[in-house]
Amino acid sequence: MDMDIPHTVEARPDTGLTNGKIGIWLFLASEVMLFGALFASYILLRTGAPSWPRGDTILNVPLATFNTIVLISSSVTMVMAWASLKRHRFGTFRIHMGATILLGFVFLVVKYFEYSHKFHDGLFPSTNNVLAIYFTLTGLHMLHVFGGMVVNAYLWGPGAKLWKTNPEWFTNRVEHSGLFWHFVDLVWIFLFPTLYLL
Amino acid sequence: MTNDPTAMKSDHAADIDRHVKVYITVFVALMVLTIVTVAISRLHLSVPIAVTLALLVATIKGSLVACYFMHLISEKKLIYAVLVLTAVFFVALLALPVMTVSDGYWIPE
Repeated sequence: MDMDIPHTVEARPDTGLTNGKIGIWLFLASEVMLFGALFASYILLRTGAPSWPRGDTILNVPLATFNTIVLISSSVTMVMAWASLKRHRFGTFRIHMGATILLGFVFLVVKYFEYSHKFHDGLFPSTNNVLAIYFTLTGLHMLHVFGGMVVNAYLWGPGAKLWKTNPEWFTNRVEHSGLFWHFVDLVWIFLFPTLYLL
Repeated sequence: MTNDPTAMKSDHAADIDRHVKVYITVFVALMVLTIVTVAISRLHLSVPIAVTLALLVATIKGSLVACYFMHLISEKKLIYAVLVLTAVFFVALLALPVMTVSDGYWIPE
């Protein structure tokens, strides 16, 4: 009995896409709504508040700017990892994917310092609405960074076995993981100015 | 990227090399725009102008990531259809609280 997963490499005739590709995009569509709901909450809380401090008066802009650069760089290394597989250069893929995971780790370490500094000053999500929405949005985003790192680490390590048996399928998996990673970068591109700079 | 015969050309090494050059250009543009974002905030403009400019730059940056890193510049129709539907719901999601605010519903007595 043939138990192969259908349309991992060959596009479905009706969609013109592999199942993984349409799957990840539908998932990202749901993610847009998840972050969209929180952004809408942020707008409502902020416009409804009698006063709201500018982000740069309570948050660390230099650290967040550094993290923006880190995340954008990780998006480039991610897309380069995929391009390396397209060029059949597995060694280069490992370097780029490794760099992507490492940059994700740097992002989380910086965020740890930001959070611990806030906690040290007695500033918690329960302190006020400003901190509540800051911790909720950045916390959910951090979880996404962590989730992306787990999948990327799998593709860097044990998941890379697939390259030997079905390189095209493996390349597609890296592309799909990359789509998620770029989405996480995209969310941060909006979080950075709206939370830290305005 | 894709598996249909018409798109196979883009899989050729020379095409991938061209893609890589685009990725580097986009990376530089994103870095420059990040500096622009921070620089604008230092100007301490009025709130409506500051919000508009911040969102404008963020939208340009986001579009660059979506179009080039996520390959949306050359995607299949079904993906575009999914994203158009998402965009409609996303706008509705943001519009709902804004409409509530415009009613003055939130203003405490």
